[in-house]
Amino acid sequence: MSMLKIAAAFVLFSGTAYAAAVETPMLGKPISPADLAPWDLSIGPDGAGLPAGKGSAKEGKQVFAEKCAYCHGAEGQGTPADRLVGGQGTLASDTPVKTVGSFWPYATTLFDFVRRAMPLNQPQTLTSDETYAVSAYILAANGIIKPGEVMNAKTLPKVKMPNQGNFFIVYPGNLK
Amino acid sequence: MKKTGTSLEPAAGNGLLHRRLFLAGGVGAGLATLGGGAQAEPLAIPEWTKKPGAWFTAYGQPSKYEAKVGRGVIVEHNPLYESGPGSVRTPLQFLEGMITPNGLHFERSHNGIPDIDPEQHKLLIHGLVKRPLVFTMEDLARYPMTSRISFVECAGNSGALYAKDAAAGTAQALHGLLSCAEWTGVPLALLLDEAGVDPKAQWLLAEGADAASMSRSVPLAKAMDDALVCLYQNGERIRPSNGYPLRLLLPGYQGNMNVKWLHRIKLTTTPTMTKDETSKYSLLLNQGKVAQFKFQLDAKAVITKPSPGFQLKQQGFYEISGLAWSGNGKVAKVEVSADGGKTWALAALSEPVLSKALTRFRIPWHWTGQAAVLQARCTDDTGYTQPARDVLIAARGNRAAYHNNAITSWSIAANGEVKHVYA
Repeated sequence: MSMLKIAAAFVLFSGTAYAAAVETPMLGKPISPADLAPWDLSIGPDGAGLPAGKGSAKEGKQVFAEKCAYCHGAEGQGTPADRLVGGQGTLASDTPVKTVGSFWPYATTLFDFVRRAMPLNQPQTLTSDETYAVSAYILAANGIIKPGEVMNAKTLPKVKMPNQGNFFIVYPGNLK
Repeated sequence: MKKTGTSLEPAAGNGLLHRRLFLAGGVGAGLATLGGGAQAEPLAIPEWTKKPGAWFTAYGQPSKYEAKVGRGVIVEHNPLYESGPGSVRTPLQFLEGMITPNGLHFERSHNGIPDIDPEQHKLLIHGLVKRPLVFTMEDLARYPMTSRISFVECAGNSGALYAKDAAAGTAQALHGLLSCAEWTGVPLALLLDEAGVDPKAQWLLAEGADAASMSRSVPLAKAMDDALVCLYQNGERIRPSNGYPLRLLLPGYQGNMNVKWLHRIKLTTTPTMTKDETSKYSLLLNQGKVAQFKFQLDAKAVITKPSPGFQLKQQGFYEISGLAWSGNGKVAKVEVSADGGKTWALAALSEPVLSKALTRFRIPWHWTGQAAVLQARCTDDTGYTQPARDVLIAARGNRAAYHNNAITSWSIAANGEVKHVYA
C-alpha cells in the first residue's frame, strides 16, 4: 500500500469513527406549530400566546360563585383552598397573608394557572372568556383593576401587580 | 470510662466516641465496658425451622412484621375533591443506608397521581428550537441512558423549623420530604441537541401531564449540565406516584422542579413565572422581600437514630446514625454534638459519598443516662456549613417556609425519651 492510500484509509477511518461518535438516535418525530398548539398552554409575563376572548369582573363573579367559591370561599377569603383576596400590608408582619393581591408578582400567572389547573376537580374546562372573567374578578376584588375593566390578551399583561417590586431573583447566585 | 490506648477517649463532650472505634479494631478489652447485662435465655429450635416455608410471589413485599414502616397515616382526602393536592413522607427513622425503597419514596402531588398509559404518553420539545419533536416512550427507551444516585428533597422539607416553638414530631414528620434513589434515563442535553437549541434560549418550561399540569421554569444551563429524563427508579420503571412513565431529574434542585409525568419542554428566553415559582416555592424574607429562584437545596444533616419516637432503655453504647446531603456537591464532613453544640466530633461517612446524594454518617456514643442534646451539622465540598437555627432565622426571618436547612436538635431526657427541641 502506498503512503497515499494509507493516508486515504486513515482519513476514511477517522471520518467513520467521528460519525459514529456523534450519531444520536434521532427518534423524535417533527411536529408543526399548529399540531402542537393544543399543548402550548403556558403564558409568560409578556402575554405571548394569550388566546382571543375577554371578560370582566361582572361576568367573573358568576363564574367564581359557580366554580371556585366552594373551595376558595364566597369572597375569595379561602378555606379549604388558598385565600385569594386581601392581605395587602401584612407581608412584613408576624402573620403574613399571601394572596393574589398581596403577593403574586404577575397577573399573567393567574390566567395561566386558572386555565391549566382550575377548578381542581375539572381542570381545563373553563372557556377563554370564563378564564379572563374570573381573573378579572380576582384582580378587581383585590382592588388592582376597576370592576368594569375588561381583561383580554392586550390588557392582562399590562396589569401591574402591587407586590412585584419586592421579588428578587437568586439564580445563578445563592441565598445566604 | 476506661481508656484503651486512645480509641475510647471521648471525641467530644457528653460521651461521643471516636468515629473509627469499630472500624480500627483492637478495642476488645475496652468494649467489655460498653456492653454488660444479664444472661441469655436457653435456646430452643424455632417453629419456622421445622416446616417448609412459603412459595414465591411475582413481586416481593416487606415482612409483615415491618408493617409500621410506612409513609405515615394516610389521612382522608378533602371531601370536596376526588383526591387533590397532598404529600406523604419517607419514614427516615426506620431506614438505613442511603437508598430509599421505591414504596417509601416521599410523594408530593399538586392534584393527585395520574393514571398514565405509557403507550399514549408523549414528550414534546418545542419553543426556541430548530425542530419541534415528539418522542414516545418506546422512542426514549432506545436512547443511551445514564444512571445516577440522587436525592430529591421538597423545598418545604424541614419547614417546621421556621416555627417559633419546636414542633413535636418524628424525623419523618419534620424531615421526611426527602428520599434518595438511583435514577436512570436519557440526558436531557442529548434530546435538546437533537431538537437544535436556538441561541436565544436561556430557560425552559417543564410541564407534567397531571391534573395540575405542574410546570416550572428551569435554567437552560442546568438542563445542559446534569438533567436526566428518567424512566427508571432503583432499577424498575418509575412508580406512578413518582412520575410514571417519565420524570425530570435536576440533581440538587428543589423537589417539584424535578417535574413528574413529564410531557412538555418549551425553550424560552425568560422564565414563564408559573404559579409554583412565584406564589409558591419562593421565600418571604424580612421587610416583605421575596427570594425567587433559589434552586439548590443547601447542605443539611439529620440524625435518624436516635430520633423522636425512640426510647433509650438503658445507659451505655448507642450508634448515632443519620443522613447528610447537599444540592451543591458532595458531603465533605459531618460533625455531631451530644451537648447541644458546645463540642463537636467528626462522624464516619459510609461509602459511597456521591455528589447530590444522601450520605450515611455514623458515630459511636456512650450515653451516661443524663440529659443530652444531639445535633449534626453538614459541611459540603464547597466549604459551606449548615447554620444554627438562630443564625438562619436571624438572616431570613420565620416566614420563609421553604429551604430550611438549620441544625436540628434532639433532646434525650434522663428517662431516655427523645424529643425535638430548639437548643
